[in-house]
Amino acid sequence: MTLLHVGTLDQPAEAGRPRPGEPLLEVTGLCVDYGIGADAVHAVLDADLVLHRGEVLGLAGESGSGKSTFAYAATRLLRAPGVITGGSVLFHLGEGREIDLLAADEAQLRRLRWAHVAVVLQSAMHALNPVMSIGDQLGDVLRAHRPDMDRAARRDRAVQLLDMVGITADRLRSYPHELSGGMRQRVMIAMALALEPQMVIMDEPTTALDVVTQREILEELAALRDRLGFAVLFITHDLSLLIEIADSIAIMYGGRIAERAPATALFRAPRHPYTLGLLGSFPSLHGPRVHMTGIPGSPPDLRSPPAGCPFHPRCGYVMERCRTELPPLRPVGRADTQDPRVAACWLQDGSAPPPAELARPEPEPSPDPDPDPGPVPADTPADTEGGAA
Amino acid sequence: MTSPSTAAALPVTGTPVLEARSLVKHFRVHRRGRRTQRGAVVHAVDDVSLAVPEASITAVVGESGCGKSTLTQMLARLIRPTSGELLLDGSPAARRDAREYAGQVQMVLQDPFASLNLVHTVRYHLARPLRIHGLGPGGHSLDDEITSLLERVALSPQTADKYPHELSGGQRQRVAIARALAVRPRVLLADEPVSMLDVSIRLGVLNLLADLRERERLTLVYVTHDIASARYLGDTIAVMYAGQIIEQGPAATVTDQPSHPYTQLLLAAAPDPDRPSPPALRGRGAPPSLVNPPAGCRFHPRCPFAMAICAQQAPPSIEVASGHASACWLHAKDADPAMSQNPGPGPGPIPPTTASRPDSHPPQGEGT
Repeated sequence: MTLLHVGTLDQPAEAGRPRPGEPLLEVTGLCVDYGIGADAVHAVLDADLVLHRGEVLGLAGESGSGKSTFAYAATRLLRAPGVITGGSVLFHLGEGREIDLLAADEAQLRRLRWAHVAVVLQSAMHALNPVMSIGDQLGDVLRAHRPDMDRAARRDRAVQLLDMVGITADRLRSYPHELSGGMRQRVMIAMALALEPQMVIMDEPTTALDVVTQREILEELAALRDRLGFAVLFITHDLSLLIEIADSIAIMYGGRIAERAPATALFRAPRHPYTLGLLGSFPSLHGPRVHMTGIPGSPPDLRSPPAGCPFHPRCGYVMERCRTELPPLRPVGRADTQDPRVAACWLQDGSAPPPAELARPEPEPSPDPDPDPGPVPADTPADTEGGAA
Repeated sequence: MTSPSTAAALPVTGTPVLEARSLVKHFRVHRRGRRTQRGAVVHAVDDVSLAVPEASITAVVGESGCGKSTLTQMLARLIRPTSGELLLDGSPAARRDAREYAGQVQMVLQDPFASLNLVHTVRYHLARPLRIHGLGPGGHSLDDEITSLLERVALSPQTADKYPHELSGGQRQRVAIARALAVRPRVLLADEPVSMLDVSIRLGVLNLLADLRERERLTLVYVTHDIASARYLGDTIAVMYAGQIIEQGPAATVTDQPSHPYTQLLLAAAPDPDRPSPPALRGRGAPPSLVNPPAGCRFHPRCPFAMAICAQQAPPSIEVASGHASACWLHAKDADPAMSQNPGPGPGPIPPTTASRPDSHPPQGEGT
């Protein structure tokens, strides 16, 4: 682990832009508490997750499952009383350069944020400054991180950014309240992409929007991702949406990762009972109308989490062992793939065949012409300056 | 064009428990901006007719701002319609005493964190409607009544002594439902009852509503933005757009064979993991301002199939199949783009036998 020199962060990331598929953010054993001492609530426990370059990684879970806490802690955006109590987070800048985010100081973080990692929040109305015009807010980002740009260049870039998300330049002088919810969220996305970050965290970016607007924004996001090649950590409670847009999905429950798998594999062949239950909680738009049951009970109270597996009080397959022993996150299914899927369930420990619902055959890994997590077309404009990479 | 018949309405058979006839709600705009003339009104709900039969579940689906909550509030008599008629058991609701009406038609609100009083126990919430409506303990004690209410919503009797903050979101919403049931209503209006709840417990509440209909013949109006849950719970679906009902029919038919371009758009945009490839959205953009809604069909500025007539005349309600109505010119029997003839406002529904029934996608005619 090389702790990065502060100066190197300022070098443009485009030089020798790394190929997609390599790890970008590596989180190992991350633990986050709210509060200190005996009363501390363990919001994230021993979470491991790898985000690859150019990948859309969905992080799904119910409220209180720790998904937002995980993302904010991993990028050091967590505020008190949140405390990171353990683990490591490595951010790979490319060319073997990496930075330990948990050890980084404020100056390093300041350079890293927005330039390499940007965030889009759920409530654009609250994330945007109500007394500054859209143009000024976009310019603010550029002024802070690109001191060499002059006013005209900043304005040009702001126009370009708004154009990228389908907003005309005459909106530069608008204030947030003059924009619709969808436009505000587009402005947030434009701001997040202002410095062409390698990673964008999206925390429920479309939850407050209507379905048509949501779909439009997700389409734009997919097109921008294909063009610019950034990775997305997409946090949402809407698993049915995530299956459509994400390359792979991690399911969180009670502060722990319950399962992580490629999106189609997770949908067609879940390995964790909680995933199975979640998938059975979304009524379908097709086929016969069948009675669905959801998941009995309610999410765990993190102040007094259940012993053993956090899901055991609601699990239909609960065994004696689940009540006392915590299942580790272990590989399930194909072992030959580069990034094997994992699940934390005693049913999958190999001692006995799991129930049929949790042992459905996995779909073929590349059923569509878009197999690679993180497709970056060869003729990406943003890549051209990288030369013959 | 003067007050054309626009909303998709179905012929009413029998006496519905609750019936809305051409309900209109206009809100006056009080702002005196430069661009807003005095006397401007928001056309929140325009000419909505809806018949809710006994022991049925009617799902009202629409995006934010389409008027679905305004409609619900009119159905609950919380706000007075600008015009139109509301009938309970075939007699005008306006003539009834407000409390008596509330004893028949109750409402469950979206946010159980806001709709319960946090300084009072569950017992207080359930006892209060009983007292107000003079339904105090008859032969048995108040506690028995409260216990039975809690049992009907699958909560334990111990819940009665808890405060709202001690309950989970799903439990709170069950308390809100129990409170509505306390006065033994016949109609329950549920305005987005599960949208604030965690996904894994939403189905539990939806199934509870379905059970209440099944066991107690309760009539339900389920208002939601989620067309998938409307399909799951509803017998019929009414789709609202810009203050009007643009399509209504049996739940599975409306979602499997949507006849209005807006319903098709809504379905294309809805999350669907089974979809093999990303959907093609036809009719991008946002709903219109309801201060100056577009003339003719309110969806025409976005509609991929818009014809000349759509901008001029509001479409009548056309029965595309038995029990399935759509307010769209595409389904008019003699819909030709020239549209020289000038049908009066709201021609009668075309009989099902002659109604042309297109496939799930109306004629192609990409953006005129």
